Order: sequence, then C-alpha cells, then structure tokens
Amino acid sequence: MPPITRLFVKTSLVYLIASFGVGLFLALRPLVALPALVNGLAPVYFHLFMVGWVMQLIVGVAYWMFPKWSRERPRGYDALALATFWLLNLGLLLRVAAEPAQIVSAWPGWGWLVVCAALLQWLAGMTFVVNTWPRVKEK
Amino acid sequence: MPRLSVWFVRAALVYLALGFTFGALMLANKGVSFGPWLWRLLPAHIEFLLFGWTLQLAFGVAFWILPRWRTQRGNEKPAWAAFFLLNVGVWMVVLAGWLNWEAGWLTLGRVAEATAVAAFAIHAWPRVKPLMEINATSSE
Repeated sequence: MPPITRLFVKTSLVYLIASFGVGLFLALRPLVALPALVNGLAPVYFHLFMVGWVMQLIVGVAYWMFPKWSRERPRGYDALALATFWLLNLGLLLRVAAEPAQIVSAWPGWGWLVVCAALLQWLAGMTFVVNTWPRVKEK
Repeated sequence: MPRLSVWFVRAALVYLALGFTFGALMLANKGVSFGPWLWRLLPAHIEFLLFGWTLQLAFGVAFWILPRWRTQRGNEKPAWAAFFLLNVGVWMVVLAGWLNWEAGWLTLGRVAEATAVAAFAIHAWPRVKPLMEINATSSE
C-alpha cells in the first residue's frame, strides 16, 4: 500500500470516528441543553461521514488499486494526489469550524472562511478527477 | 479493467465533478449569499454524489474485481442494462425536479434506478462464490 494511500485511509478512519461522535452529540439534543453551536452541526455530521470517510477512503484505495497510468508514472502525479489530500482535509476542517460558527457569531469573516472551505474541497475533487481519469482504461 | 467498468467509473468521475461543483456553489453561497436560487441544486447534488458517483463507482469496481470463471464475467447483459438504467434514472430524477415535470417522471426515474440495482444484483449474484466453486464450474 503506497504511503499516500495509508495517509488517506488512516485519516478517513479518524473522520469515521469523528462523524459518529458528532452524531452522538446531535442525538443528545432532545435530552440535554447544549450550546447553540450544536444546531449547526447537522450538515457537518453528514459531510464528515461522506467526504471525510467515504470519499477519502475511495480516493486512497483508487490511488492504490486502479490500473497503472504508465511504466514511468504508475499512479499518476504523486504531487497532485498529495494536493488532493491537503485540499480535501483543509477544506473539510475549515467547514467544520466555520459553518457552525456562522450561526453563533456575527463576525463576517466566518462566511468568507466557508467560501474558502468550498473552494478548497472543490479543488480537491477536481485534482482527484484529473489524476484518476487517465488510469481508468481497458487493458 | 473491462470496458463496462471503464464506462461505469468514468461516468462516476463525471458525476463526482458535477456533484462537487454544485456542493461547492451551495456551500459558498451559504457563506456569502450571491444566488439564493443555488439551493435548487441540492437534490441534484445529493443524487449525483450518492447514486451517480458512489453507487456507480461501486458497480464499476465490483464488475471488475468480483471472481470470474477463468476470463469470463458471466452474463454481462444485466450489468450493461444497469449502467444505462442507472444513468437514465439519475437524470430523470434530477431533471424532473429542475424543470418541474409531472410527478410521474420522478417516479419513473426511481423505477429506472431500482431496476438498475436489481439488474446489477442479478449479474453479480452468481459471482459471489468461494474461489473453489468458481474453479470447479469453469473446469466443467
């Protein structure tokens, strides 16, 4: 398993645990009085699971197992794969912080951080598609 | 990778690009509002990423790596049907929402998706076997 795949898969496992932790928080709402910030966690919960866990696991395993690009460049551009990792995780973590914060804080900067989170995650998706597309081929 | 898997996975990558683009636009709009109409992309965002991307990628990879009978993948027709029905279904569901088509179109889209899933299961079912059984069948 290449090092970048290990990075993706281990990070995805952390998100899996984190998403269930946030889900637990959300489930406590009817039982315990929680800060208003928790009300903004529903989309965060879903995206921690779908982007942090599912998407990231797929990206890591696809990078490892898809047909080789070429003899010289078997897994495409390693730098692009690493860029996907950082863009995806920085974008997602920024969203986790800024999206709920927007609900409880009037600081306009949170809104722009949400925009940055969107841009970073979009770039992550595009770099993955660009790096993976040439590897999807018949023998 | 077999031809059908290439079609499945490339289509999945297109849906990933579309779904991420819609998601990014909606999230950015949540941060700094610039187009309230963007919320209309939400059903397409979900449809593209759940069925167009995740499910279709799973179909493509399963068709590729599930056990074979020597080089044969069994009856490929239901798997090809799954590819066409799934994509027709996804677009039918999305367009029915966007263009305010009659509710029947959305139902028809869901029927196409459900039939696609059933067709893929019919294809994959016999391939989910112990390796010994696959070898014994192929040597008959």
